Amino acid sequence: MIFNRFFPQFMQNDKGGKILLSLLATLVLIIVIFNRLIPESSALHIPTYMVTLLGKYLCLALLAIALDLVWGYCGILSLGHAAFFALGGYAMGMYLMRQIGDRGVYGNAELPDFMVFLNWQELPWYWFGFDNFAFAALMILLVPGLLAYVFGWLAFRSRVTGVYLSIMTQALTYALMLAFFRNEMGFGGNNGLTDFKDILGFSLQSDTTRIVIFSLSALALAAGYIASRYIVESKLGKTVIAIRDAEHRTRFIGYKVEDYKLWIFVFSALLAGVAGALYVPQVGIINPGEFSPLNSIELAIWVAIGGRGTLFGAVVGALLVNYAKTYFTGVLPEFWLFALGTLFIVSTLYLPKGLVGIFQRHKKEPENTPKPIPPKSQSQELAQ
Amino acid sequence: MIKVIENFRQQLAVEKAEYQKLLETDPAFQGGHITQQSELDISHKTVLYLEGVSVSFDGFKALNDLSLYIDDGELRCIIGPNGAGKTTMMDVITGKTRPDTGRVFFGQTMDLTQMVEHEIATAGIGRKFQKPTIFPEHTVWGNLELAMKTDKGVWHSLTTVLTAEQRDRIEEVLTIIGLQEHRYIKADLLSHGQKQWLEIGMLLIQDPRVLLVDEPVAGMTHQEMDKTAELLTSLAGKHSVVVVEHDMDFVRSIANQVTVLHEGSVLAEGTMEEIQNNQKVIEVYLGE
Repeated sequence: MIFNRFFPQFMQNDKGGKILLSLLATLVLIIVIFNRLIPESSALHIPTYMVTLLGKYLCLALLAIALDLVWGYCGILSLGHAAFFALGGYAMGMYLMRQIGDRGVYGNAELPDFMVFLNWQELPWYWFGFDNFAFAALMILLVPGLLAYVFGWLAFRSRVTGVYLSIMTQALTYALMLAFFRNEMGFGGNNGLTDFKDILGFSLQSDTTRIVIFSLSALALAAGYIASRYIVESKLGKTVIAIRDAEHRTRFIGYKVEDYKLWIFVFSALLAGVAGALYVPQVGIINPGEFSPLNSIELAIWVAIGGRGTLFGAVVGALLVNYAKTYFTGVLPEFWLFALGTLFIVSTLYLPKGLVGIFQRHKKEPENTPKPIPPKSQSQELAQ
Repeated sequence: MIKVIENFRQQLAVEKAEYQKLLETDPAFQGGHITQQSELDISHKTVLYLEGVSVSFDGFKALNDLSLYIDDGELRCIIGPNGAGKTTMMDVITGKTRPDTGRVFFGQTMDLTQMVEHEIATAGIGRKFQKPTIFPEHTVWGNLELAMKTDKGVWHSLTTVLTAEQRDRIEEVLTIIGLQEHRYIKADLLSHGQKQWLEIGMLLIQDPRVLLVDEPVAGMTHQEMDKTAELLTSLAGKHSVVVVEHDMDFVRSIANQVTVLHEGSVLAEGTMEEIQNNQKVIEVYLGE
């Protein structure tokens, strides 16, 4: 099929992934056409706020993929994954703050507004370098990655698993939230970082910049999906599933389980960091509320509703639930939390494999278990 | 002349005292084992040494000064009533439980008490659990692929693909355990007996020197039991096989050398016939 030509070999059996990536490409095309090429007066014009909203959803979908990797495939239910998202967001936020320059309320070229307000005389050391986009981009990966590495190294080495690990991740994000709330931390305290003007010299308010950031979000989601799919199809991914299902067995056939868990955990944190960094310029603010434990729990609900251990299920869950959230909080604000709770209960009771499980159930069995390439024996190969 | 001899004697005595001291203080000299974790040395024909091993859980002595030696290539059955310490012994060998006292050596040089599970497995000790433990979501083929002896580091796993030799090896093991027909079936769907065989296959493909097999025929039909007996006896020689089993008929059908554990130490050791006629054994176990 021509269709198959555009997908790497390891994705040949991944129907959901093909649909997802094709839809993403189509979405970007439609948005660009209907926002840029069709005049605002036309009824078909897609307003820019819609573009930004969609871009936001795509970032959250990438975050959901990150959680699905560790939860759906490795069985590590991290209830603090929004922390990595927020850290990536803060790194981007700091860069955007430095871009404001002397256009702030106080017109201070050296210090961000909130520091002037707090009577700080000079920039704290950890803000140095954030004028530079390349440095900020490095930090977007380095900070969440390093935190995940240290936390994971300690937790997995001590063989903390299950509920205990979930509680620890929850505590981690809660602790970070409290820390970032403090003004003395130098990250804007309660208000966080906001009032952004430019990114790389382009105005954040302009439609073109917004379209570009939206497209980058779509690209990041696609790349994140493909990378994750590659990982779960590799032997590493198979080992990670083995760890989820029979950790002892994996250990006793010679795998260093801690290394595998740590690797997948850090990779997942990197994805979350990138998602956060793309999220912040689109919403225009990052504050400690992003570290709230509730956010991480909601994230787990998206993945559960969409369907664990499929990757595209996480995307479906994140998009649907967030769309529903936007819709309901607009129409019936007090109704939203009840709806979310009901959705979660229904999906746990009736849809153990989430929404994508419904479609998979109707598939015929042989299709469901793709056969690996038939093994070629050495002698056969020699004969050829 | 006498003086020279006297001097020499004194010197000898000093050296002997020094050597004695070294023996007592330096763990590397203990019991003639010299620790060298990298290579398996079975020059003394014994592949596994347990010497004076004790383990206690909250005051309960699961293993009590247990000493046991397994020769290279032998098939050894270990029997004993419940709570005799059979599974704890396997835990100690594979690094799951650390002994309170005693020495556990793999060959002459590898101190198993200093190694962790995956190192012990890579060094060449495979273990089958009491309850068949396989990877339910993977195919039979996938299970064997994961267990195969190869570099098991993370980065290697990310990029590796099966070579033709490795495929042949998987085929070979599939034939040995008789699951060729089921190679693409999800392991979860296998029958209980087939799962047991798959797990034995997963041990085999690691190419271990020692196979520790915990209750391989639990829940098997007679036919399956015969097949398992055949499989295990065929493995001995190339590998040392240690079987822990409750089923006396099964033990009788495979074992030449039997060790009886009781309350955490060895009660008797010998051929099945000797064991059956041993008064002590009859009292605690067979006579019941």
